[in-house]
Amino acid sequence: MIHFEHLTKTFGRYRAVDDLSLDVKPQQAVALWGPNGAGKTTVIKCLLGLLRYEGRITLNGFDARTQGRQARSLLGYVPQELAFYDDMKTLESGYYFAQLKRADMARVPLVMAQVGLADHGAKPVRALSGGMKQRLALALALLADPPVLVLDEPTSSLDTAARSQFLNLLCQVKAEGKTIIFTSHRIEEVEALADEVLIMDTGKVIGRCPAYRLAEEAGLRTQVKLIIAPDKLDAALHVLKADGFTVRRNGVGVLVDVLPREKAQPIHSLSRADIHITDFEVE
Amino acid sequence: MDLHTVWTIARKELRDALHNRWFLLYTLAFIGLSLGLSYLAMSGSGIAGFAGFGRTAASLINLVLLIVPLMALTVGAQSLAGEQERKTMAYLLAQPITRLEVYVGKYLGLTMSLFASLVLGFGISGLVLAIDGSGASDPWSYLILVGLAFALCLVMLSVGFLVSALTRRAGVAVGIGLFLWLAFVFLGDLGMMGTAVAMRMPINGLFWLSLANPLQVFKMAAILNINATLDVLGPAGIFAMQEYGSKLPLIFIGVLVIWAVLPGVAAFVRFDTSNDF
Repeated sequence: MIHFEHLTKTFGRYRAVDDLSLDVKPQQAVALWGPNGAGKTTVIKCLLGLLRYEGRITLNGFDARTQGRQARSLLGYVPQELAFYDDMKTLESGYYFAQLKRADMARVPLVMAQVGLADHGAKPVRALSGGMKQRLALALALLADPPVLVLDEPTSSLDTAARSQFLNLLCQVKAEGKTIIFTSHRIEEVEALADEVLIMDTGKVIGRCPAYRLAEEAGLRTQVKLIIAPDKLDAALHVLKADGFTVRRNGVGVLVDVLPREKAQPIHSLSRADIHITDFEVE
Repeated sequence: MDLHTVWTIARKELRDALHNRWFLLYTLAFIGLSLGLSYLAMSGSGIAGFAGFGRTAASLINLVLLIVPLMALTVGAQSLAGEQERKTMAYLLAQPITRLEVYVGKYLGLTMSLFASLVLGFGISGLVLAIDGSGASDPWSYLILVGLAFALCLVMLSVGFLVSALTRRAGVAVGIGLFLWLAFVFLGDLGMMGTAVAMRMPINGLFWLSLANPLQVFKMAAILNINATLDVLGPAGIFAMQEYGSKLPLIFIGVLVIWAVLPGVAAFVRFDTSNDF
């Protein structure tokens, strides 16, 4: 579906992307994961034809450089920085971009309803909240029903509730069979949406793994603080160590080092041993 | 190039211009001043009431020289840089459209909005004169002046687009546009006079040097249109009449076309090869 072949992008002497090769299969969701400056957004911009690059990118056989229009007609894009025409009304924006995409005009209200903006069509874009703007971005990306979605840090500007809501929407879209390539530095987002992850750092791909193994591959750990009755602390330490956790005493509780997707494991261990947990925190 | 896309973008530009306070202000100023000048032209003729088309056209030349470049330069300067600064350009270019379509659409849309402004300004003045009945003497001069103003508008829009393509921030682009306006309107005259004196420039050199400033070209073409001679411009004008005579309109139009096309093409090349979105 999407084929990157030795993609390299330099800005002067700085190599923003260094020899990236990747195949994204139809209906697959691939995440580009890494810290700021890893080169994730640069890869997306090359795919969109916004930057010149070395190497080759094709979408369904269309060269993104020489057949940009055909290549871009296969994808919908949700940018990191939401940049719309603020004085346009929400529905009007939909019709404008539908015309540019040569999409069926009848789809505009349908897609707006799909992302929960049906009641906000008459509002100027500037009056929408951050979460609504993000949903508008998704609606505009879906207007022409493209087979591929390209998302650049899709939830970075959202609060927790809006992020969760938007992630649910993306999961629905994925379930409809879209191919997705997205950038993120949020592990929970990657685990929820991606099938495969490319771990990037300073322009290079330093790892590649299924999404569920990202935490192990990237060496990510989370600390769970469990508050336990003082007379049970020693027993709790013993049980957790016996179950293979890295654990240490911390004031009125214990600190357990776990993988991000295994935060509940130490709680289960202590429950099985009949040790009561009065409270917990994730750090 | 897909004309449907071009037209979609052009209509959006036209709509934006109609919502732009500065553009509306320029348009109102142009309409008000052109009406005012039409009325004031009567004092020169010593007749109460509105002056004729020819006299009004003459009085409008200076107004066009001031306002049209200012409008077109600032609107053009904001065009590409403004969208780039607001990040909407990157999003627009991520759509299945080409940079040529974006460029032509924006240029066409702004051209339509500027032309609409000029048509309103010239049209209302012309309509009042026609109703007044005092100006039926020379409507063609008036119409040719409108055409020349359109040509000057295109020249300045192209220069504005070039400035816009070379800068990343709309504020900087408008600042450069205003400096260019100042240079074309005032410094150009002073510079030309200074150069002529300092270099003891021959009279033909002075004439050709004046063609380097599109505002001078417009002014000469407009005066030639109204007077049928450039004698009022002094020795250089007399030289031009004697040397080139009936070829002068073609020379002036050719220079204006070159001034409209070259910066416009250069702006597109810069925009098309830009790697900064």
